[in-house]
Parts: sequence; C-alpha cells; structure tokens
Amino acid sequence: MSNDGKVDCSRRRLLVATATIGGLGGVAAAVPFVSSMLPSERAKAAGAPVEVDISKLAPGQMMTVEWRGKPVWIINRTKEQLASLKVTDAKVSDPKSERHQQPDYCKNETRSIKPEILVAVGICTHLGCSPSEKFKTGAESGVDADWPGGFVCPCHGSTFDLAGRVYKNKPAPDNLEVPPHMYLGDARIVIGEDKGGKA
Amino acid sequence: MSAVNAKLKDLLGWVDERFPLTANWKAHLSEYYAPKNFNFWYFFGSLALLVLVLQIVTGIFLVMHFKPDATLNAAGVPVAFASVEYIMRDVPWGWLIRYMHSTGASAFFIVVYMHMFRGMLYGSYRKPRELIWIFGMLIFLCLMAEAFFGYLLPWGQMSYWGAQVIVNLFSAIPFVGPDLSIWIRGDYVVGDATLNRFFAFHVIAVPLVLVGLVAAHILALHEVGSNNPDGVEIKKKKNAQGIPLDGIPFHPYYTVKDIMGVVVFLIVFSLIVFYAPEMGGYFLEYNNFFPANPLQTPPHIAPVWYFTPFYSILRAVTYPLFGIDAKFWGVVAMGASTLIFALLPWLDRSPVKSIRYRGPIYKTFLAAFVVCFFTLGYLGVLPPTPMRTLVSQICSVIYFAFFLLMPFYSKIDKCKPEPDRLTSSGHGAH
Repeated sequence: MSNDGKVDCSRRRLLVATATIGGLGGVAAAVPFVSSMLPSERAKAAGAPVEVDISKLAPGQMMTVEWRGKPVWIINRTKEQLASLKVTDAKVSDPKSERHQQPDYCKNETRSIKPEILVAVGICTHLGCSPSEKFKTGAESGVDADWPGGFVCPCHGSTFDLAGRVYKNKPAPDNLEVPPHMYLGDARIVIGEDKGGKA
Repeated sequence: MSAVNAKLKDLLGWVDERFPLTANWKAHLSEYYAPKNFNFWYFFGSLALLVLVLQIVTGIFLVMHFKPDATLNAAGVPVAFASVEYIMRDVPWGWLIRYMHSTGASAFFIVVYMHMFRGMLYGSYRKPRELIWIFGMLIFLCLMAEAFFGYLLPWGQMSYWGAQVIVNLFSAIPFVGPDLSIWIRGDYVVGDATLNRFFAFHVIAVPLVLVGLVAAHILALHEVGSNNPDGVEIKKKKNAQGIPLDGIPFHPYYTVKDIMGVVVFLIVFSLIVFYAPEMGGYFLEYNNFFPANPLQTPPHIAPVWYFTPFYSILRAVTYPLFGIDAKFWGVVAMGASTLIFALLPWLDRSPVKSIRYRGPIYKTFLAAFVVCFFTLGYLGVLPPTPMRTLVSQICSVIYFAFFLLMPFYSKIDKCKPEPDRLTSSGHGAH
C-alpha cells in the first residue's frame, strides 16, 4: 500500500469525494429527526377561537380564559383606572404602543377596542410567567408607594400598567400582547379571530 | 486452596489474553500513583461518582412507574403528576426511591460545587490539567440540563413555570429565538410534547453523554496525574523505579479513604432522605405539590437552590444595550456566568497553583467571589425588590470581576515560594 510517502492524488480525491457525500448524507439523515421535534399537525390544528360572555364582568373586575393554552385576561377598567393611564404614560417604555404587540385596531391610548375593556394575553414578555394583578394602589411588595394599579410579574419583577404597557427599565422588553379579538354584540367577545379588524 | 488459586490465576490469564483487565486495574487503581497529601476536599470526586450511580439506579426504578403524560385523568389531575403521587403512596418503597432520587439531585450539586471549588482552591485546572477541567465543565453543563429536564417530569406548578421560563430564555436570541423555543417545546406552550421529549432527554440522551464525559474526565486525569493541596507536580521527583516519591497507589490507600468518605456521606444523605426530604422547600419546592396550571403562575416562583446564583444574575440585568433588549443581555450574562469557569486555565497567570502559596489579592478576590456566589444564591430564592436587585447587580459585577480581572491580579500578586516536595508526610511509607 505504501507509495514511498508520495500522495496518490486520485485516491485522495476519491477519499474527499466519498467523505463529502457521506457527510451530506449524514446531515440529510438528521433532517427528519430534527423536524420531528417541531409542533405536530395536531398541535398546529389546536387553538380555535374562544367565545366569552362578559356581561357579568363588573367595572374593576378581571376574568381569565384559556386560548391556545395561554391565559387571556379580560379586564373591565373603571374610570379611575383609565385615568391612571395618563399618569403612567411617562413611566412606560412604549406609551404609544409603537411596537407590534397588538392588532392595529388596538393601537390607541387604552390598547383596546372599547376603552374600558382590555383584552390581553397574560404572559409576561420577558420569560413567559403570568403576571399577578395588583389593582390596589399604593405600596406593596414589589411596587412603590405611587403605584397606580396594574400587574407585577412574580418571576423577575417586571411591572405593567392597566393597559398592559411595560414600565421602563424592567426585564420585560415589550407590552403585553393584545390578541386578535372582536365583539359579537355588546357582551360577547371572540378571542383569536377578528375578520381583519372590521367587526 | 492453592489449587483454587491456581485455577483463578489461569482464568485471569485467559481473560488477560483477550481483554486488558489486569493492565487496566494497574493503570487506574493499583499502580495509579496519587499524591500522598489529599485532604478533605478530595472526597468529592469519588462522591460525585457515587451520586451518579445512585441517580441512575433510582432513576431506572422510577421509570418503571412514572408516566410522562400531561393529559388529565378521570379525576382531572395530569397523569404525570398522578403517577408521581402513585409512586409516593402506592408503590412498595416507592417513596424511598423517589426521595433518594430527589435528594440525590441536590446532593449531586452540593458535591459537584465542592469538587469545583477544590479545583479553584488548589489550581487543579492549571496546565497540564486544562482538558480535565473542560470535561468537568461539560459535565457541569450536562448536570444542569439533566436537572432541568428532570424537574419538569412531576408536572407540578414549579415544574411547569420553571420550564416555561427557561425555554423562553432561548426566545431572547435575536432572529431565530422565537422559532427555536417553539422547536424546543414542540408546541406553542409547554405541553404534553414538551413533557415527553424532556423525559427522553432526562432518561436516555443526557445520561449517556454524562457517563461518556465522566469517563473522559477520569481518563484525562489518569493521563496527567492528580494535582494536590500543595499544587506541586509529584512527577518531577521520581525514585529509581520511576514512581513519584510523593505518590501512593490509589488502591488501597485512596480506595479506603474514599470508602470512609462514602460512609459519612451516606449517613448525612440518609438523615435527609428520612427526616427532611423536602429540606424546608429547598430540595422539593412546596408549589410543586400543586399540579401544573397553565393559566396561573404561583405568586412567587424560584428555581431550585442550585440554579439560584445564575438566576439572580439573569434578573440583575435590567438595562438594554446596543439597541438590544435587557432580556437578551440577561440571558447572555446568565449563560456567561456558567461558562466562564471553563476559561480559568487561561485567565489564571499566577506563578503558583495552590491557595497555600497565593498572595493576598487572589485570596481577597476568591473570598469576595464566594460571598457573592452565596449572596446571589440567597437572593435568587427571594422575590425581587429594587433593593435586592441592586445588591444582586453589585454581586454580579464582582462575580465577573473575579474572572475577568484575574489575568492582571493573579500576575501582580505577591506569592510565597512553592516547595519542591509535598509539605505533608501523608499516608504512605514512601
């Protein structure tokens, strides 16, 4: 087999070619395994819109429904709570909701279709914990004395105002997501469907 | 009797002609010469091996009864959660096996942290032991992955929200992050698909890698030889037979010493398993006795104690940088805080290895690092407040300063001269 230390170029070419083809084959064989970890067809099909009756939701109350496995909050904000949004304008990092965390029809001062009713996904934009409601104003664990009410994430201390806007210099980068939703009459909301925002 | 001995000798000869049994016995035990001055800190390597075996054995028996299934049973409880309760209540001795496994997880980290700290005290990562240290760091990473995957399996509230937080860490990576976290979960939320794959990683993939890395760690160690509390190479002074003057055979000297360590360890371990398996909520968190509820995060979530120093560093980063969110930098800082140990062999430029001959600057930095590590660990189990965030920010800076400033302070430090030979008379007659 020895060629007195000389490299047999044709053999070397054959080695490189077979190693390359073999390597490509190995990579190709990994594709089905890696892909098998993506969401299955069944997981993709789940997540139908949810219909909610909010007729019993009194001002100042909040309810939680499940949509696509996530908590969605519906909050009926009082006049004082809506007024607090003016105060928090200066304290939140994206007061005008410039970043795409809501459908266009909710890109307004209250981040909602009807001013008092906020619909938001109750998942912190930091690392996905569900913030706790702290509607009571004033100091409490995790918040200062001038707290106007809102949400505090138990995991890393991000705070959100009553429109789900994140306070400045908190770990969470974005406002809470407002899911696509629409009204069927006065007291019924569909979450997960908005007919292009026309309903 | 001698006839039996002769027969056994023949059998050994028969094996040795086909498999290097005697050769390996000699290379790794009876003629592996270790420094004679090993102290208390040198128990933790063999103890780590013991805990690994303990976790594998108890794990095998737990898998016989555990069901990785997030769907709800007839009583409305997730099947996985119910199967853990079944192990605790109905499986004969199931409670013992499960408590051994859950206590073993914490014991593993205690032992490994002590083992790592030993390496830092005596400079065991220094040349020519860089690869031992690197393999060790890979073992540490695998161990953290193993603990994280395992923690989801009981499908309690802390399991669920812990996994939610850690998987979402990956979504902080620019561009590919969100898709990557969906790929890891196999769903848009942590669910049944996530539970099943974490089970596969926990019982097959990671343990296989872990065992392979442990073998590489020990092979690399036996290639270059063990360091010791004096940080002096015993191979520099050998006798006529080529045996280090300050070396003693690992077997029987250190096998016997390690057996004593094992006995003491098992006494403490048993006391915890029998009398305090939850360890006041530190080994088994109380919120994990509630089944996973995707709609509500418990009012206070914290990782298990062994992750809390790194978790505090994650929380400490609250400022955006270079136009990228604080969230991303928090993840980077946390990742860096676990990986940075791997750079120690190249960061340390001290002329001596052991703490015994180091100067005051290194000792001060190491002490500050230890204090910060414990402080960060303590803060990590508490809910965040502005004051605590500030303290954890200061501690994070010191944590990284210990490593990043090391090339400077380890060089200018006033060290004592290293001795030629080990300072302790040790065990042996050599």
